[in-house]
Amino acid sequence: MIRPAPLILLAATVTAAAPPAAAERLVTSLSEHRVMVTSSFNGSEVVLFGGIERDTGVLPLRGNYDVAVTVIGPRQTVVTFRKERVLGIWVNYESRVFENAPSYLAVLTNRPLEAITGAGTLRRLQLGLDNIALPQRIDSAAADDVPGETFRKAFLKLKDEHGLYRQESNGVTFLTPALFRASIALPAEVPTGTYEIEAMLFADGMMLARTPSALEIYKAGFEQFVTSSAQNHGVLYGLATSMMAVLTGWFASVVFRRE
Amino acid sequence: MEIYLPIADLPVNVFLILGMGLAVGFISGMFGIGGGFLMTPLLIFLGISPAVAVATVSSHIAASSCSGAISYWRRRTIDVPLAGLLLAGGIAGTASGVWLFTMLRSIGQLDITIGLSYVLLLGIVGSLMVFESVRAIVRAHQGKPVELRRPGSHTWIHGLPLKLRFKRSRIYVSAVPVLAIGYIIGFVGAVMGIGGGFLLVPMLIYLLRVPTVTVIGTSMVLTLVTMASATVMHAATNHLVDAVLALFLMVGGVTGAQFGARAGHRISGERLRLLLGLLVLAVGIRFGLDLTLPPENLFSLRPLEGG
Repeated sequence: MIRPAPLILLAATVTAAAPPAAAERLVTSLSEHRVMVTSSFNGSEVVLFGGIERDTGVLPLRGNYDVAVTVIGPRQTVVTFRKERVLGIWVNYESRVFENAPSYLAVLTNRPLEAITGAGTLRRLQLGLDNIALPQRIDSAAADDVPGETFRKAFLKLKDEHGLYRQESNGVTFLTPALFRASIALPAEVPTGTYEIEAMLFADGMMLARTPSALEIYKAGFEQFVTSSAQNHGVLYGLATSMMAVLTGWFASVVFRRE
Repeated sequence: MEIYLPIADLPVNVFLILGMGLAVGFISGMFGIGGGFLMTPLLIFLGISPAVAVATVSSHIAASSCSGAISYWRRRTIDVPLAGLLLAGGIAGTASGVWLFTMLRSIGQLDITIGLSYVLLLGIVGSLMVFESVRAIVRAHQGKPVELRRPGSHTWIHGLPLKLRFKRSRIYVSAVPVLAIGYIIGFVGAVMGIGGGFLLVPMLIYLLRVPTVTVIGTSMVLTLVTMASATVMHAATNHLVDAVLALFLMVGGVTGAQFGARAGHRISGERLRLLLGLLVLAVGIRFGLDLTLPPENLFSLRPLEGG
């Protein structure tokens, strides 16, 4: 019995590698497709393995492949505030809304992106932290998404500080000329949801193939129970927590009662 | 041992949280207060968002005031009608506090409001307490008798209508200031994540002339009910109460409070008030520095609801 996931993967691989000029195919597989967040969750690491296949009967494998793996977490609309001094105190003064920005973003490559392909291609593919589209809004008007803009820079920096945005030029390791691995580090703060993964194969600055896959991060067991009760049954959850407080207080007064 | 907090969405060390609960519980038992004004800043300092900290601490305060209230109940030093009237104001205050909290959070000014309120409130209350207790200590050293408040002294508060008699506290006072005090404490508590014991006790003593015998037990009942209802309201509107975090804080808190209460009996009242005043002032100053010193990072992120 073949599990459906690899089948879909394979199908995607075939369609993605369709352009006739490219004879290469990229096959990837994740060490885990589902990551559980339980009460002992303290970050995790998922490994993506990939193999490069070249059509039989044509030229042998080239040795100069480059790989870029992009992992995009569930999209979130986030407000970025800038503090400014007003009457001697620092308050959130200006803000920008980043619409549908990836909550997590990892760009893993085997060498620096600029060495893999030209700036134009990187921009077109939105590859790398400098090239990812982050549409902004000021109040309700759309704002330009310029690479060097201060809010964008601050947004990227804050995400980077939390380990949620990462660009690693040594994140992909070639085991043999046609086999590679990429380790995707997931910090403890990762949001739950579906993560889209895309592996891209380059040679001589040209993209030859791209293969999508997905990863799911979900809360399980007790964590799931607490989160969903808090979200869906707020009043009951609050009553239960208050009850817990009263019982804890009562219990303490019984245990420590001085006769 | 690390544990992942489901609502705060980050892992914390269990022993650190228990230890914080113990330490704050010790202080709260020693001074007969809830300790929210210490716990909320500590949680924020740990990296927990101010919103989650405020919402969660309310349940922690409910637990510690519950164990306190039970022991005062056994000693029959709770003025039930007075507590009931304070509560009527308190619950209305809590509801408006939670409403303001939700509103400020949606416009991104919650953190600054929490910060400013801490500076103002703790700065003023802390200075008054330090000033008053130093004066009392100096007087005691000079051998002058401690200035006792004449029981018959009346203020404008006693001229208000709707007067009620509270038998256990032996006071005859208008319902208006009682409701107003309850409202203020509930409101401030819900916005700032404090029980307000350190505010309520002086208000009851100086404004309503409630005798010291019934003041702490009665204030604990008010704190218990307002904080329990704040927990429910925060959970219902903002979904920010972290029950796992709350449980560890409570267990540490109620244990610490028992030892604190014993330690508190060995120190004289004026010195205790001086220590508490200094502590309150220190927390206020700390918040003041955070607001006025150039921040390390000018930018901050906040996810939009349902984004």
